[in-house]
Amino acid sequence: MAAPIVKLDNIHKIYASGEVEVHAVRGISLEIQKGEFIAIMGSSGSGKSTLMNTLGCLDRPTRGSYLLDGINVSALNRNELADMRNQKLGFVFQGFNLLSRTSALENVELPMLYAPRRISAAEMRERAMHSLEIVGLAARHDHLPNQLSGGQQQRVAIARALVNRPQLLLADEPTGNLDTKTSVEVMGVFQKLNDAGITIVMVTHELDIAHFCKRNLIVRDGLVVRDELVVNRSIAAEEMKKHLAAETAAKLTVAAP
Amino acid sequence: MRLVATTIIALRALRRNKMRSVLTALGMIIGVGAVIAMVSIGNGAKVQVEASIASLGQNIISVFPGTLTTGGARGGWGSASTLTPEDALAIQAEIAGVVAVSPEVRDRQQVLSNGLNWNTSINGVSPDFLSIRDWGLAEGVIFTDLEVRSTAKVAVIGQTVADQLFPGSSPVGQTLRIRNIPFKIIGLLKPKGFNYFGSDQDDTVLIPYTSAMRRVARRTTLSSILIQSTTQNQMPRIQQEITDLLQQRRQGREPDFTVRNQMELAEAATATSRTMTGLLGAIAGVSLIVGGIGIMNIMLVSVTERTREIGIRLAIGAHDHDIRLQFLIEAMVLSLMGGALGILIGVGASQIVSQLNGWPVQVSSASIIVAFVFSGAVGIGFGFYPAHKAAKLDPIEALRFE
Ligand SMILES: Nc1ncnc2c1ncn2[C@@H]1O[C@H](COP(=O)(O)OP(=O)(O)O)[C@@H](O)[C@H]1O
Ligand SMILES: [Mg+2]
Repeated sequence: MAAPIVKLDNIHKIYASGEVEVHAVRGISLEIQKGEFIAIMGSSGSGKSTLMNTLGCLDRPTRGSYLLDGINVSALNRNELADMRNQKLGFVFQGFNLLSRTSALENVELPMLYAPRRISAAEMRERAMHSLEIVGLAARHDHLPNQLSGGQQQRVAIARALVNRPQLLLADEPTGNLDTKTSVEVMGVFQKLNDAGITIVMVTHELDIAHFCKRNLIVRDGLVVRDELVVNRSIAAEEMKKHLAAETAAKLTVAAP
Repeated sequence: MRLVATTIIALRALRRNKMRSVLTALGMIIGVGAVIAMVSIGNGAKVQVEASIASLGQNIISVFPGTLTTGGARGGWGSASTLTPEDALAIQAEIAGVVAVSPEVRDRQQVLSNGLNWNTSINGVSPDFLSIRDWGLAEGVIFTDLEVRSTAKVAVIGQTVADQLFPGSSPVGQTLRIRNIPFKIIGLLKPKGFNYFGSDQDDTVLIPYTSAMRRVARRTTLSSILIQSTTQNQMPRIQQEITDLLQQRRQGREPDFTVRNQMELAEAATATSRTMTGLLGAIAGVSLIVGGIGIMNIMLVSVTERTREIGIRLAIGAHDHDIRLQFLIEAMVLSLMGGALGILIGVGASQIVSQLNGWPVQVSSASIIVAFVFSGAVGIGFGFYPAHKAAKLDPIEALRFE
């Protein structure tokens, strides 16, 4: 088997702010192979975001080792971590986190502006447009975030996460602010990306959403308590059809006297 | 350092919030505009003072009656009038390096001609007066030493007097009455304009000082003595020798005269305008600093307001120095733009002031360069703290910021 993209070994995270110490992650070991599509589930406060921030090189574990694409992340300084985030990782947040009053295109260009190697304006534009095409929003490239729906904003955020061709796409509750239909839409984009070979790890509360993934982890009190492959996983395109059919049926029922 | 990319980022951030950018730069615009306008007006005044001092003539020493060392009941200049024509003659005869001497006897009189009259200043002088004051004749001649000795009734008049008494005709050859005594006009002075005290130098009638003493002012003493030396570096020596000579002629009495050179008079006049320029500049400089603090203030607010934006940038790979540089460039672009606009407004304002008030205004390129460089420095100086604050943010906390 090829070397894993992510190898966590006995990771601990202890927050020492204030009087009480919070032991948010208590020794998680985990391997993620290229091409996986993982949903992390668990109740609020169980340590999912802490784990994601560690995976995302936004935060360093208190203890334990983390190899990302063979690189020992624990030994890197602040700016080296920033380069890892820029080059190897893509982020999608619950709150979209797009720059306001900035066009979709410029939002997607942003990670390239922070790339260690300088990228020409023409190449930036071309790559950003390509990313927007992947999420189906090329026609909206000059729209501002407040001119886009929540689902569209999240797709712009996904395009931004993709633009530097990351090894690993991380999404912390990407559908948390979206309704069912748009959630399925976003999961469709993820499935398409995963089919193209991109490794994805996401956090979700909803079992339905987790069912679109290939592997589900359940976290409780800072530990992975279940780790299983999804059988019979949902396919976004089919779910969308079902959803539309249900909608039509509902309309007919209401319309009928 | 990703200078090009960070510049793009900073410019995009400024464009994103045009209103905030303009308001931030406003302090700078006003500050720099004020500096340019104030310094231009001050410079204009200084240049005018210098020009009118130069128009007084070169290398001139003046002797005034009275002393400046006022103490007790002693008066100032002109209070004890004991300066005599003999003093002037002695200076001319005994001191080396003196090229010209002219006594001055000043009086104000109503002068009449052709049924017109005009109140003007009568100045009794010697023929040397014109070369000392570097003043030429438009027409006619100046009186001779012989005419001085014979207390001749001849006069050379200024342009203003000519305009008042002989409108539309040449005054030379005509007659003018001072205290009802007819004086023959033998010359017309070239126009000289206003001096730095604002008085019209052409509003004058020159007559021999002897005639002025005996016939017009009816006094035996002089208002002052003007002395011109050959070169400027002789001036201190000549000034000292004049003092010694006059003191010696007074045989042990307390000094009742003051010797001043033109440099000292000029100094006093330019010092005033320099103080003015300095004061105006200082006020304007304060407004520049206030402008800088305004930029810092808004940048600090904007760091807080933009915490989430900074978090996003950090999360997708910005280094701390990228953030610092971005905020510095933003501050610098704002203050330089403010500076450039301020320069335009300052130049415009000083032009308007000069049009409206007729003040001479001199926009110096030095003040423009200084203002521009200074506004850049203000941008860096006052931008640094907010930039540093932004760069230190923790990505996770910044992202969580509402
Ligand atoms: N910066 C922090 N400082 C202190 N405690 C924290 C911090 N971040 C998270 N925690 C705590 O760590 C635990 C796990 O939080 P988190 O990873 O956000 O959970 P989840 O995302 O699963 O809801 C919680 O008890 C939370 O209060
Ligand atoms: Mg969470």
